[in-house]
Amino acid sequence: MADTTAHAAPVEHTSTGLPSTKLAMWLFLASECLLFGALITTYVLYRGASTTGPYPHEIFDIRYTSVSSFVLLASSLTMVLALTAAEQRDFARMRLWLVATAMLGLTFVGGQVYEFTSFYHEGLTIKSNLFGTTFYVLTGFHGVHVTVGILMLLSLVGMSWAGRLPDDQAFPVEMVGLYWHFVDIVWIVIFTVVYLIPQPKPAG
Amino acid sequence: MEGLDEVRGDIGARGAVEPGETGHVRRRHPSAKEYVRIGVILVVLTTLEVWTSYSGLPHGLLITMLFGLAFVKFALVVLWYMHLRFDDSRYSRFFIMGASGAGILFLVVLLLLKAFAR
Repeated sequence: MADTTAHAAPVEHTSTGLPSTKLAMWLFLASECLLFGALITTYVLYRGASTTGPYPHEIFDIRYTSVSSFVLLASSLTMVLALTAAEQRDFARMRLWLVATAMLGLTFVGGQVYEFTSFYHEGLTIKSNLFGTTFYVLTGFHGVHVTVGILMLLSLVGMSWAGRLPDDQAFPVEMVGLYWHFVDIVWIVIFTVVYLIPQPKPAG
Repeated sequence: MEGLDEVRGDIGARGAVEPGETGHVRRRHPSAKEYVRIGVILVVLTTLEVWTSYSGLPHGLLITMLFGLAFVKFALVVLWYMHLRFDDSRYSRFFIMGASGAGILFLVVLLLLKAFAR
């Protein structure tokens, strides 16, 4: 493990011996698991239950969504590279990786907006059928989370640039990173459940 | 003693630890090279997922493979990029609590309602 880097949590005396901010972040992510677990389960529950189109197999473009998945995966890599730079106190490089992460996130959200728009033009709205409702709610919630993550990343860059972050900049980067990676793991599940698993024959 | 179990951590298996200047514990995170290695594995697994979805495998095998690949990707991100492999085990417990709640709900629907049998 000679090529690893060290990172100290900010000095904070707590009854658990753990930084409260990090503990709170993990608790928040645990609650988010339940939120997305419920949304994904609802989507699965109504798979193939739509009686009118458009149906998933008519509108999904797996190749297009795969590219979006690669973009989000790449953003997770740039996020951890930002953390490594912060741990090495190379803050200019840290900001560069954070901006790269935000740009990749923006690309993902832009792709999702384009996808939603094309689905809308093909007749799939949130009220069209059960598929439309569950699909837009699930992927829409995820998209909102990515957007919030982008805002957090850009805020972090702005604060770092303005010198408004604490001396140990690695800690806030790690906290935002936890949120960002969570968004990524949610997409890993959504990509499999919604897009890759073959859709059942239409009901009725 | 606060944070004592962190210092007792198995250095080889869970990432090296060293006491900080103020008695708090420094935990070692993976290097950039290791992060890139994990990134490459994730890209390979995603490519394999997409290939599997087009492979025309029998339905049951296809679903099992896709869920298996998604699980491995999920675990890699959580353990390496989110550092659960290296951090205090109490963070893992919190996360497992939430994730297993979601997983149990999903499995109930999957198995009882046979959602993927259609």
